Amino acid sequence: MVEMEKQVLTPVNENKSQKATNFKWRNIFRGDNRALWTILALIIILLADRMVSPTFFTVRMINGRLTGSLINTLDGAAPIILLSIGMTLVIATKGVDLSVGAVMAICAAVSAVLINRHEAGSDNILYYPGFVIAIAILVGALCGLWNGILVALFDIQPIIATLILMVAGRGIAQMITDGQSPTYTDETLAFMGQGTIFGMPFPVYVAIIALVVVYLLVRRTALGLLIESVGINAKASHYTGVNATVIKLFVYIISGICAAIAGLIVAGENTYADPHTAGMWSELDAIVAVVIGGTLLSGGRFSLVLSAMGALIIQSLRIGLYISDLHPNANLVVKAIVILLVLLLQSKEFKQAVGRLFKPVLKLRPVFK
Amino acid sequence: MKSRFFPLLVTFLVFSAIYAYCYYHFSSFGSMRVVCNLLRDNAHLGIAAIGMTFVIISGGIDLSVGSVIAFTGVFCALMITREGMDPYLVFAIVLGMGTIFGAVMGVFIYYFKIPAFIVTLSGMFLARGMAYVLTTESIRITHPLYIRVSKLVYIFPDKGRFTFAAGAFLAVLVIGIYLAHFTRFGRNVYAIGGNDTAALMMGVPVGRTTIMVYTLSSFLATFAGIVLSLSKRSGDSTITVGAEMDIIAAVVIGGTLLTGGVGYVIGTFIGVLLPGVIRTYLTLEGSLSPWWIKIVVGGLLFGFIAMQKLLSTRPKLFSFRRQVRPTTVSTA
Repeated sequence: MVEMEKQVLTPVNENKSQKATNFKWRNIFRGDNRALWTILALIIILLADRMVSPTFFTVRMINGRLTGSLINTLDGAAPIILLSIGMTLVIATKGVDLSVGAVMAICAAVSAVLINRHEAGSDNILYYPGFVIAIAILVGALCGLWNGILVALFDIQPIIATLILMVAGRGIAQMITDGQSPTYTDETLAFMGQGTIFGMPFPVYVAIIALVVVYLLVRRTALGLLIESVGINAKASHYTGVNATVIKLFVYIISGICAAIAGLIVAGENTYADPHTAGMWSELDAIVAVVIGGTLLSGGRFSLVLSAMGALIIQSLRIGLYISDLHPNANLVVKAIVILLVLLLQSKEFKQAVGRLFKPVLKLRPVFK
Repeated sequence: MKSRFFPLLVTFLVFSAIYAYCYYHFSSFGSMRVVCNLLRDNAHLGIAAIGMTFVIISGGIDLSVGSVIAFTGVFCALMITREGMDPYLVFAIVLGMGTIFGAVMGVFIYYFKIPAFIVTLSGMFLARGMAYVLTTESIRITHPLYIRVSKLVYIFPDKGRFTFAAGAFLAVLVIGIYLAHFTRFGRNVYAIGGNDTAALMMGVPVGRTTIMVYTLSSFLATFAGIVLSLSKRSGDSTITVGAEMDIIAAVVIGGTLLTGGVGYVIGTFIGVLLPGVIRTYLTLEGSLSPWWIKIVVGGLLFGFIAMQKLLSTRPKLFSFRRQVRPTTVSTA
């Protein structure tokens, strides 16, 4: 029993003690200081962007709207941040949600089809913009619930359980829009993607609000601790009285809701919902953001803020490649190399191998005990 | 009858039922023309799916196959059309590259203990990205060899064209069945998928087999890319986006357990053809919309996964032998 409790409680203890007391400069290079590496990576990539384009950090106010590469980066990263919030929680429970891209497409399709009825002059209150947004988010929550039921109640491997909706989801989105890509002109929905408040793009606010809300939810209650305990050892946490089923249902629903909001933002940016391409590859972006943020795919300790930074890293990479003279299509290659490097840095076995190689020189110690 | 045959049996029955339904509505489903077209159109997916079957039986997953197929096609087109290289040489080079690519992924997965899912995911980005970097336009291949291969068809009496791609598909299928069920390598793969710790203790070379499984998968995906390039006679970096998901779905529908250790190559063959049959039916029907394929495949996927789950938790439910019910032991 003592063993078990230790196992469940260790990560949090480590986390706190590290932050509060144990911070020593010589620990920085030992690799378990995850925040530092992620922040360092972001700074390096931003500096590289600055070297590529001298105007990268220049932000100008044009027509009451802030413009500049930095703002574009934030704006473009907002959907990825949203997805990575849900994905972090899912991955922390040792799961993964492959369906977020498809859920984005479904929710964008739902919002476009419903708002089109409003624009066609329907008086039904359900087709008012506010309700349309609410319905789209509800649909996202339902998609999350479906995934959650498959994973938590039927105990199906998360990769496979969410693969079902990933495969069928685009079909469902196409069915909803009848194979079309409906356009709309509604201001409220367009504001989700294009609007600005105090010059800042609206999606940035959405991402920050979502981050703060979910952060408070999981870190100011016991929820985060329970999520981590389920991810580290579901059986042990079951014996200590954690209701793993409800926790898993909760994280998949959150992931579905985040995907729905991201879908609304992406649809709002273009004011149309394309069931074929909306959210394409974004599940992978989200997973990569979480991995870069240092949350292990094997579950457990997670950090929402670092995942959001991972999303920023991905987007600044993309923008940097886009404005550079490099090959415009090299984005995926660079992304692949970055992921591999991050994975290798996280791999205990790799570090041990490197450590053995350089032991006489650097006296590297194996990192995760 | 052993319960592990049950998923295969269900796959076969579902396929037969759907095919019979299609045949009932459109008698052309009985012709060799539809059969040959099915084989030809699904050849590249099928070849890659056979490699994926080995990966999934070993308990892993390979997300990179779709991108590897696309990269191979683009590479062949560029080297043959732009550089004027000999096709055979290009095929040898690209097969070598695919093999090394798979082996490297296997090394990452086995030696550095990084989850297969994320390693092959970055493999997918890498291969797709390389294809984009090579070119984003579609390049036609007009080399004499390609023309010769396209004329290499056996024509059935009812004008069904048994093409090179279909032949390659069936050949790989036979080799795959042989590899899985009649070689030491195949047995090792099943052993690892069943329980890798137990396999290691029995003396199965877990590391070598894991790396070989991913090597085989990438090799077959490269071969699938060559077959697709031969039948399309062009290279395009935007093809087979998301094909890995179709392929995984086909393997699962074919009765392979995603937890590893159980599966049949012949089941994958049926699993690949099943969406093809539905697609053909929708094309002939005309009034139904194309998105139903995705929804039906998703539904089938769900059905099979639910069945597998039942099978693994209540195996006796599906065993046709009479079971002796164990007497319940009361625990104090």
